[in-house]
Amino acid sequence: MTPSGTARARMRPLAIGDLSLVSSLGAGRAATLAALRDGKSGLSPCTFESLPFPTYTGEVPNLDSQPLTGEFAGFDCRNNRLAMLALRQDGFLDSVAAATARHGASRIGVFVGTSTSGLLQTETAYRRRDAATGSLPPDFDYDRTHNTYSLARFVRAVCGVHGPAFVVSAACAATAKAFASAARMIAAGICDAAIVGGADTLCATTLYGFHSLGVIAPEPCRPFGADRQGISIGEAAGFALLERPAAHHDSATILLLGVGESADAHHMSSPHPEGIGARLAMQRALAAAGLETAAIDYINLHGTATPVGDVAEDHAVFSLFGAGPPCSSTKGFTGHTLGASGAIEAAICALAIRHSLLPGSPHTGGVDPAFRSHYVRESRNARIDRAMSNSFGFGGSNCSLILGRAA
Amino acid sequence: MMRVYVEGVGLCGPGLDAWNASLNVLAGVADYLPAPTVVPPSALLPANERRRAVQTVKIALAVGAEAFAAAARDPAETATVLTSSGGDGETIDQILTVLASPNRELSPTRFHNSVHNAPAGYWSIATGSQAASSSLCCHDDSFAAGLLEAAAQAVTEHCAVGLIAYDIRYPPPLSLVRPIGAAFAAALVLSPAPTPAAFAAIEVTLGPAAAPTAAPPALEALRRDTPAARSLPLLAALARNAPSSVTLGYLDLALALNILPLRDSRGQS
Repeated sequence: MTPSGTARARMRPLAIGDLSLVSSLGAGRAATLAALRDGKSGLSPCTFESLPFPTYTGEVPNLDSQPLTGEFAGFDCRNNRLAMLALRQDGFLDSVAAATARHGASRIGVFVGTSTSGLLQTETAYRRRDAATGSLPPDFDYDRTHNTYSLARFVRAVCGVHGPAFVVSAACAATAKAFASAARMIAAGICDAAIVGGADTLCATTLYGFHSLGVIAPEPCRPFGADRQGISIGEAAGFALLERPAAHHDSATILLLGVGESADAHHMSSPHPEGIGARLAMQRALAAAGLETAAIDYINLHGTATPVGDVAEDHAVFSLFGAGPPCSSTKGFTGHTLGASGAIEAAICALAIRHSLLPGSPHTGGVDPAFRSHYVRESRNARIDRAMSNSFGFGGSNCSLILGRAA
Repeated sequence: MMRVYVEGVGLCGPGLDAWNASLNVLAGVADYLPAPTVVPPSALLPANERRRAVQTVKIALAVGAEAFAAAARDPAETATVLTSSGGDGETIDQILTVLASPNRELSPTRFHNSVHNAPAGYWSIATGSQAASSSLCCHDDSFAAGLLEAAAQAVTEHCAVGLIAYDIRYPPPLSLVRPIGAAFAAALVLSPAPTPAAFAAIEVTLGPAAAPTAAPPALEALRRDTPAARSLPLLAALARNAPSSVTLGYLDLALALNILPLRDSRGQS
């Protein structure tokens, strides 16, 4: 038996049978890929809340005009609307239906992540409290909107699957860690396939909360930039269908090769200054995949553009990889989509591998001269066989994923 | 089927002050005396953090520390799964009240305490653990989800896993839309193989929906009212220390548990 703090079991690769995503770059894979190729950021001046401070956000347009109706009306909130939009892209629900036909609905799990779930719904409800009693408005549905499990319950209902399910809520590492949970469940034989990913949406709690920490940039975020001033918050949803590699997968299939998780044991809202936990997560992902550092062709960094966070990650990446593989944070495109960042950045890595695109970093002018990792600012064509995606969150929660080409 | 071995248990609930102190009540050989939940001060937190810590952090760390002490296992080297039906309603209520007021400036500490994985973060800092840690939510079935995740991690990664389930009462107006009973937390240190500390094995099988096992009669209301207390039928079986079966409700499924005692549940051979 290996102590869980050190060595890890090798992971059997899993096929990413399909994936879908929506962010401020657009709905679906084609729109996302086009924006990444063109270096076109989705950030714009925040109009979401009348904030007393300037900031940019990566807002998904028109969610207000796409309510959930019919059998899903009770789930109606911004987070589930965005999840629905993502589930409806790129034939994802057809892939789920095909997997259901192969395995049976009770053998398909739902392990998705979110940080704030439908919290915006409760923010609004608190502004509509009954003046006399203080009670929340009667149309407020806590269980199906605000509760952290709401997202998995909703995805399970929309997909019509009946396997095991839960929400992973580990702040900004949530949706990356959902891949880890799903891989364990499939390895343990608890299910044959899993819908993973998740969603996070704009709300006042995160805008004001990150402002209180002094980490919101007044301009579009500049990850790894010399003049970076903090984060721009975005919203996104991304889902992937994970299953064991099988005959219907081909050489174009992207595989999940490894997952590595760690904790910082340092501070609730600041990373370890030397990125010790980040480095551990990357090492454990490499060990799970049975790969050396030289096998990684691209690293999608967590890179939120906070002064301290980027220093820690640069330190961790350089200490492990040297000046090695090209790396970039795509948060200059999407903003920091918080709990959803792991899912959409894994999806971006899959697109990068499939379409030989190395994503750059809009808004990052000059890279911090103190940084030593191989940071890429301009999107360019490059063959990528294996990519790593980093996600780090509050509570010192870290997760690295490794995706690769099947052949 | 997944088989895991129980090395240590932690418990904190209304009239249930710790695992060893509650064994006779759980086993049905002593009367249950309801009383408000008393969370013992955590030796894991420094004095200033102990005062500032929110209730979810205090109760999660208390049962986790108790279970790891009983297991004689180093938490710094052990993966954890934390699970709660919705996290810290007190902190969320404070934030939402501020955001509904004219001055919306939030406290940074309150903001970082609002994340669902705040207890996992404090646990990692307090124990120095850099091991993997999951923070889960599955509404009323959060304990079953956590047990499934912890067992799957133990058997697939061949490692011990600490499972910590906790829930606290919400303040109004949230309590009117999400009523939760008395604060309750339970922790299990699980190993994939028998060890000197292990006193029972649990065989975990995910299957079709089945009627959940009730708690001992005096504790059944608590089981129904506080989601983390859905662990009570399992804890009662471990306390009775006889071969038994327990069914935990889990979504439109169920977890079938077989409890196989290895020796005395007080951890004495």
